[in-house]
Amino acid sequence: MAYPYVSDREVRILSTHFGDPKARTLEGAVANGRYSVFRKAVEMGPDAVIDTVKSSGLRGRGGAGFPTGVKWSFMPKDSGKPHYLCCNADESEPGTFKDRELIRWDPHQLIEGCLIAAYAIRAQHAYIYCRGEFFEASSVLARAVEEAYAKGYVGADIQGTGVDIDVTVHVGAGAYICGEETALMNSLEGRRGQPRVKPPFPAAVGLFNMPTTINNVETLSAVPHIVEHGGDWYRQWGTEKSPGTKLFCVSGHVNKPGNYELPLGFPLGELIDDVCGGVRDGHTLKAVIPGGSSVPILAASECESCTLDYEGVVSAGSMLGCASVIVMDETTDIVKQVHRMAYFYAHESCGQCTPCREGTAWVTKILKRIVDGRGTEEDLDTLVEVTTRMTGTTICVLSDSVAAPVKSSITKFRDDYLALIRRGERVGVA
Amino acid sequence: MSDTTRPSTVTLTIDGREVTVPRGTTILKASESLGTRIPHYCYHDGLSSPAMCRLCLVEVEGAPKPLPSCVTQAADGQVVHTDSGLARTMREGVLEFYLVNHPLDCPICDQSGECKLQDYVHAEGRAHGRSREPKRVFGRDDFGGDVLFYGDRCVMCTRCVRFMNEVEKDPRLTVVERGNRSVIDTFFDDGLDGTKWSGNIVDICPVGALVSKDFLYKQRAWDLDHTPSICTGCSQGCNIALHTRDNLVQRLKPRTNLEVNAFWMCDYGRHDYEWMNRGDRLEAPVVRSGGRGTAVGWAEALEALSDRLDELGDAPVRAVVSPRACNEELAAVRALVDHLGGGVVEYRLRVAPDEDVLEGMPFVARRRELAPNHRGAELVGAARVGGDDGRGGLDEAGDHGGVLLVVGDEVADQPADFGAQADLYVYVGTHGSAATEAAHVVLPATTFAEHEGTFTNRDGRVQRFWPALQAPGAARPAWMVLRALLARRTGGEVPTTAAEAFALAAAEIAPFGDLDYPGIGTRGVVVDAPAALAGD
Repeated sequence: MAYPYVSDREVRILSTHFGDPKARTLEGAVANGRYSVFRKAVEMGPDAVIDTVKSSGLRGRGGAGFPTGVKWSFMPKDSGKPHYLCCNADESEPGTFKDRELIRWDPHQLIEGCLIAAYAIRAQHAYIYCRGEFFEASSVLARAVEEAYAKGYVGADIQGTGVDIDVTVHVGAGAYICGEETALMNSLEGRRGQPRVKPPFPAAVGLFNMPTTINNVETLSAVPHIVEHGGDWYRQWGTEKSPGTKLFCVSGHVNKPGNYELPLGFPLGELIDDVCGGVRDGHTLKAVIPGGSSVPILAASECESCTLDYEGVVSAGSMLGCASVIVMDETTDIVKQVHRMAYFYAHESCGQCTPCREGTAWVTKILKRIVDGRGTEEDLDTLVEVTTRMTGTTICVLSDSVAAPVKSSITKFRDDYLALIRRGERVGVA
Repeated sequence: MSDTTRPSTVTLTIDGREVTVPRGTTILKASESLGTRIPHYCYHDGLSSPAMCRLCLVEVEGAPKPLPSCVTQAADGQVVHTDSGLARTMREGVLEFYLVNHPLDCPICDQSGECKLQDYVHAEGRAHGRSREPKRVFGRDDFGGDVLFYGDRCVMCTRCVRFMNEVEKDPRLTVVERGNRSVIDTFFDDGLDGTKWSGNIVDICPVGALVSKDFLYKQRAWDLDHTPSICTGCSQGCNIALHTRDNLVQRLKPRTNLEVNAFWMCDYGRHDYEWMNRGDRLEAPVVRSGGRGTAVGWAEALEALSDRLDELGDAPVRAVVSPRACNEELAAVRALVDHLGGGVVEYRLRVAPDEDVLEGMPFVARRRELAPNHRGAELVGAARVGGDDGRGGLDEAGDHGGVLLVVGDEVADQPADFGAQADLYVYVGTHGSAATEAAHVVLPATTFAEHEGTFTNRDGRVQRFWPALQAPGAARPAWMVLRALLARRTGGEVPTTAAEAFALAAAEIAPFGDLDYPGIGTRGVVVDAPAALAGD
């Protein structure tokens, strides 16, 4: 028994060294084989690295699930401009805590991933943008980068390969929106953290207006393993369209919440009942948010058949997102939870686009009124229509993120809303 | 694949109508070329496009989401719907979002009547809002300069922030906070104090969030008449509109002319209008005999003047004109002087120590020459005298012994015995001064706000202005007065319209050549004779 909870169902590749303080140190990391794959990557050459990652089918772990190798191949080959790699470590989605653990326990795995990715996209500089609240993780990472610089694993002429790549750790000021890739770049540049209009996409005009690739911590942490063992090796886990393993952050009303590395396509029911030891004793499952607070809520009945791969969750009516599974039992006041999420998004909206700036705050106010027992049935229609108009009408998807839980909860838990509205009192004991 | 092989135009379909536009044109602009205005707030022709108001969303067939037309480039074969159910629903939705927090204080809002939120909601908004929640309150903030900020009314288009950053290049404004707590604010205590162009942010604010302190609660927008005109503050010749009511100029606004001032005007020019409303005007011709002035009718005055000129025969003539006078007046003075045997024509000009250049648009500036038509004065062969303060330099004129003609210059800095040596001292102007008291004949003229005419700006651009105010009493345009006098003495027609006066002027000012008066239009024409414009 190690790291808070482990399960024998896990396939621990990225999380092998979770709980082992030695893996954080450069010595321990090198003993674990870190930085050896970078030399292999340089022998292969950038195009072969991209092809390997393409063949592995690795998909972005930040939420959108875009194929990583394809993203890298968008980078111009001979632009004559500096290229940049950004590592998105601004893990802010409520319910998500995988990147934090990857950084805390195995920072050198991430740094090596950054080096390989930067090498593949011909970047000389990688920026790791850490969430502002990651006090411990960012200091662990900064220390790891410092150690790696000292021993020649980062910087000029890395390990005698003649490749120069700098790594900079930047800590944000604590804004959710800075996890959006273009807002992150604005923030890195010292501007207001506001998403940019796309196109142009980062591969053409990114950080400092130069070609840029931005990847999630978990994506980059998987890269050394894929380059070391090959694409086919990685495909032994997961499904055809969603290969490999994924860290699942399980929180809420289960007996053993935590991070579990499982093959994609793992059944949601088994994750809760088997891996996590089931819903807490004496209670029954009410709802699950499978991908972080910005995806539609699944009712208990929808969880049975749901498999945890990008396509499986979509066919169950939600999204895998960053695989942050929030489990709620029957004591949960869904309306109150949805209000809390909406409040979060209203607080974190950057305020650029009108539907988001005004919509998130408006929706929150309506939900608050319903929670306080002053709602009307008309409010539900208003909520659905307002959130519909907040979907797909803005620069980034923050606005869609509040729409998803609101709309899905009204559809699936309408009775909870109606009970509050009709009786003017709360359901559950939340 | 290279750009040179691609056609330079694209053809797309907007609302069922095919249109061909240059490659790179946005859907919004392509649509405007068909006469369809797509509502928008954050987009402005003179600023960058953040695509954040989301009001200009249109439906593009094949696109997964509605696209912001202000930044989406038109492409070959694109099928765009600006008026489909989806596009209308999106706009209605966005407008409803604005009204969640926008106060309905139109009755006490200065912008009312020229407010884009009013216009758009009236056209396409919901009849009844669904928001029952209390509105957010920010209150009022004095931004400094002439600008007052009503935070509650702000629609967060950030045009003002971008104007200060990109056009004036003096970043005094910013967005603070985020979400619906975002608000425009100034840095520290200076605010907009000391800025030279910040009045423009009031113009480009689509709602009543930024209002002019000078205009605050003065008039309702719908009561104002707008007359195209030219700013008389300097030689840039910014195109403006005089907004008038009750025969008073209430405010000045810039008029778009991409070749002169784009969309902007400086704060000096903007606030240089109160003199147009002065009440102490000359209202009747006065003929002085035996030390006593008598108000007379025009016919009598011109007859007396003409008779006196006959008596004086070929007495030497000298004229003082003003660079604030229009080309027609200056040409008429020149014609009269020539008719009387020729003589010195001089003018005085106030010159500022420095230009105030609009950094982001350096061809626009408040120029050093603080009069609209010193070029015109040069073109009629007038010589500049006096200092940069626009005073002095008239010692010779003041002591001139023959016929002294003062047109448009009040000579307010001159002593009361100015012109005392003259056999005939004629003053044509709008206001009198101590130095015009002794004039033998005083003829009341109109200001540029009261008559029609043209100015020639520093670049040799001849631009028209139109009358906005009723002239007081018997005041007439100086060009009409002087031409009437000439006609009395030489025969010929008295010009009754500005077009006729311009034709007479063009016959005498070589560079004007065969300029067609109506053809000058509202944007002006650069006269094709740079050599004749040799000056500074």
